[in-house]
Amino acid sequence: MSDKVDIKPAGWKLVEVGRVVFIRLGAHEGKLATIVEIIDPNRVLVDGPSKTEGRAVPRSAIPLSAVSLTPFVINKLPKAAGTGAVAKLWEKDEIDKKWSESSWANKRGQQERRRNLTDFERFKVMRLKKQTTFETKKALAKVKA
Amino acid sequence: MSSADANSATTKKFGKGERTVPHHTQKASKFYPAYDEKQPRKTRKSIKPTKYRESLQPGAVLILLAGRFRGKRVVLLKHLDQGALLVTGPFKVNGVPLRRVNSRYVIATQTKIDISGIESSTLDKVSKPDYFVREKKSKSEKGEDAFFKQGEKPEAKKPTSARATDQKSVDKPILSAIKKQDMLASYLASNFSLRHGQRPHEMKF
Repeated sequence: MSDKVDIKPAGWKLVEVGRVVFIRLGAHEGKLATIVEIIDPNRVLVDGPSKTEGRAVPRSAIPLSAVSLTPFVINKLPKAAGTGAVAKLWEKDEIDKKWSESSWANKRGQQERRRNLTDFERFKVMRLKKQTTFETKKALAKVKA
Repeated sequence: MSSADANSATTKKFGKGERTVPHHTQKASKFYPAYDEKQPRKTRKSIKPTKYRESLQPGAVLILLAGRFRGKRVVLLKHLDQGALLVTGPFKVNGVPLRRVNSRYVIATQTKIDISGIESSTLDKVSKPDYFVREKKSKSEKGEDAFFKQGEKPEAKKPTSARATDQKSVDKPILSAIKKQDMLASYLASNFSLRHGQRPHEMKF
């Protein structure tokens, strides 16, 4: 064993001030907010001053069981910052843009679209999926041969 | 004596005068009946025309849920009375003939097919209630001969040629409309079934 030991910080997403969370339950289901203050081990104060229509979350306490942590953090968000300050930093860090580009948001969008398909459209999706798998399998067989 | 004046009063002469004597059936009864005759109860309800769901518009693609053709996707042609619908496969695509179905045992989809090409005269002819009445057996099929033929295999029932031509004339414009849209023919030919994780009350059709 050498004298030097590499210690890396854990890659966990932490419950911290500035952490952007995704709200899974309640009236603001499917929206983003950032943690402004940690109230107790189970609850946090969140604020989601998004400028996008219908995406804003008013400042409120929310149980941690109702949110999922996203990989985004608003850097240098002071503890217990007011809505105005949060909105400024939210805009500066381009949280909305980062979210819409993330695979998480894409997947959700796809699920939403799939849920609203009509019977005929579902049939078309099924057919096209079959066609793509057929093509990939054909290509794979060609490579293997 | 004809039946018209059977119950009419007769005029009789008595000396100088005369009087009319009513027919004996017209006279009031001498006795009350010992028992009250039961009067049939008056119905206060009336048969109202069925109100069909808004999604059941002619030309819509339906999914049949009951009967011999359950799971088939068919085209709605017309509303009949008492909650019945007139549908067709078309026969060439999925084997469903012109048929009456109960509107309750049907899922309406948002897919629409243009059925304006169908002649209204053929559609009217086909949508009459007696069009679907089963043909009565002739006497020879019911009588003695039929009794002795019981053991033998009966001849398979075949649709009459008139029905086949009606079917073709109704289906022809539908088939040309189906051809215009990609994958629509194979969609109508396929059967509907629920797959894993699909909940019909949460699905859109």
